[in-house]
Amino acid sequence: MPSTRLRGMSALNRDEVAHLAMLARIDLSQDELQTLSGQLEQIARSVAKVGEVAADDVPPMSHPLPLTNVTRVDEVRPSLPVEDALAGAPAAQQRRFLVPRILDEE
Amino acid sequence: MTATTTDAVMDLDEALERFDPVFGLEVHVELNTATKMFCGCATGFGADPNTQVCPVCLGLPGALPVVNATAVESAIRIGLALNCEIASWCRFARKNYFYPDMPKNFQTSQYDEPIDFEGYLDVEVDGDDGPETFRVAIERAHMEEDTGKSLHVGGATGRIQGADHSLVDYNRAGIPLIEIVTKPITGAGGRAPEVAKAYVSALRDLMKALGVSDVRMEQGSMRCDANLSLRPRATGSQEQADVPLGTRTETKNVNSLRSVERAIRYEIGRQAAVLAAGGSIVQETRHWHEDTGVTTSGRPKSDADDYRYFPEPDLVPVAPSAELVERLRGTLPEPPAQRRHRLQSEWGYSDLEMRDVYNAGAVELIEESVAAGATPAAARKWWMGEIARRASAELRPLADFGVTAQHVAELDGLVTSGRLNDSMARQVMEGLLAGEGTPTEIADARGLQLVEDDDALETAVDEVIAANPDIADKVRGGKVQAAGALIGQVMKAMNGQADAGKVRRLILDKLGA
Ligand SMILES: [Zn+2]
Repeated sequence: MPSTRLRGMSALNRDEVAHLAMLARIDLSQDELQTLSGQLEQIARSVAKVGEVAADDVPPMSHPLPLTNVTRVDEVRPSLPVEDALAGAPAAQQRRFLVPRILDEE
Repeated sequence: MTATTTDAVMDLDEALERFDPVFGLEVHVELNTATKMFCGCATGFGADPNTQVCPVCLGLPGALPVVNATAVESAIRIGLALNCEIASWCRFARKNYFYPDMPKNFQTSQYDEPIDFEGYLDVEVDGDDGPETFRVAIERAHMEEDTGKSLHVGGATGRIQGADHSLVDYNRAGIPLIEIVTKPITGAGGRAPEVAKAYVSALRDLMKALGVSDVRMEQGSMRCDANLSLRPRATGSQEQADVPLGTRTETKNVNSLRSVERAIRYEIGRQAAVLAAGGSIVQETRHWHEDTGVTTSGRPKSDADDYRYFPEPDLVPVAPSAELVERLRGTLPEPPAQRRHRLQSEWGYSDLEMRDVYNAGAVELIEESVAAGATPAAARKWWMGEIARRASAELRPLADFGVTAQHVAELDGLVTSGRLNDSMARQVMEGLLAGEGTPTEIADARGLQLVEDDDALETAVDEVIAANPDIADKVRGGKVQAAGALIGQVMKAMNGQADAGKVRRLILDKLGA
């Protein structure tokens, strides 16, 4: 249940933020980790409040605004230069993203 | 890559005597929009790796997707052409999985709210008395995005197994896809492989007629997965429909029309052998190998495959108005099968002729040739002759040989106007295939021109009759077919530059036959 998970997250500590940052491949300094741990914990606590009112008779909502049909015209816009596209990749080869072995060795 | 297998396979006839096949098809159609589903990157095939990518389709933090309006319209038109209901409100969903072909770690798809649902497509298969119609029920068609392409490095011949690492090109990631899913198809019996092929073929024709996709299976713009299960044949008073369905396998990578038929046929034989030996079918993904014509086991699959679908928060719902749907309904083309029947009757072709023309991919070319002034008979003769022979030998489309519908119409015009006879026209076709120019240019360059000089022709006819009194007598006596020998000699005397029909008329006139 999402609500339980959110409540569980309220004890978001510095190690967990460091772990999340690693998964998201975001480099954080020690100072940033310190600041963000506090902020993220606060956010998680606020979001967890939803769990207190989410009863079975309240349908889950995916979008807070009553918007539909936001579309764009089928016209080409410039893509990134390939160097820029690959710049954030940990490794690249032959203008492609290099990823580690996909299947485990059996 | 060559896959071999030690799987036993039962003879198809025996398998079908003992088991009833039930199958389903999932077809992915890549739309031919100019841009991707959720970003403005171009979609052209064959661009340099990672030159058609942006923060959205690379899944970079903070990038926001926006839906391609044309892709939604194509999805609705496909649904309408498949006789589907169109959702008045539906959402995209994230399908989460761990595989580097999507940089976002999820594919934006639709889950339980497909834009098109509950439709059908009528397909034609050869019956005992000409074409028969088989109705394939469509479960749903939904919008999603294509994945990137991976090169596997360090293993044997590019396979993912044993690879050391992989290189990914995300140009294809994000190109709009429509996934069209049938309901389980029952009642096809022994014709299951044929119905499967006819369905994919009909779907391809429909997409082409709608103009929504290039549907080039060899380039991957149309791809097919085939589910198959077997159940025992009903016995006694039991209805076949009451026999519970067996466990199914899903065969991936079935990417040509011929493969659809072959893969279903193979899987029927394989599963029948397993079941007949007292074994049970494992629910799994299998891979089709075009070269060896077998399927091999992939990974086990369960209905509980957990993709953790949830509504895509970055995209607002799609809610096509009734007006939009009706406007799009007005843009639907004549259904391909109906169009084929209309053309067949307009052209006066037999069922067999029409089927050959269709299988050769000549329907549009003949239609254009006729529109450009050729007679239907001549258009068929030229497209289905040397051009079709070459196309089928070289596995290339008919339009690939430099001959156009205009050429064919012009060539036919040269024949009907009396400038060329049949053998001259054939020489012009040779010239067309050799890229020597237009039919008139080729006829001029090669000096092809029927003799218009009636006096010369008459003299030749008189001489040939005088030289062959016996044959002439036979013709006078009513044996008209004997005139053939005289016609041949006159044509020879004229160096082939005469209208054989005219020669024949002259000879018969002179001999009073
Ligand atoms: Zn993009």
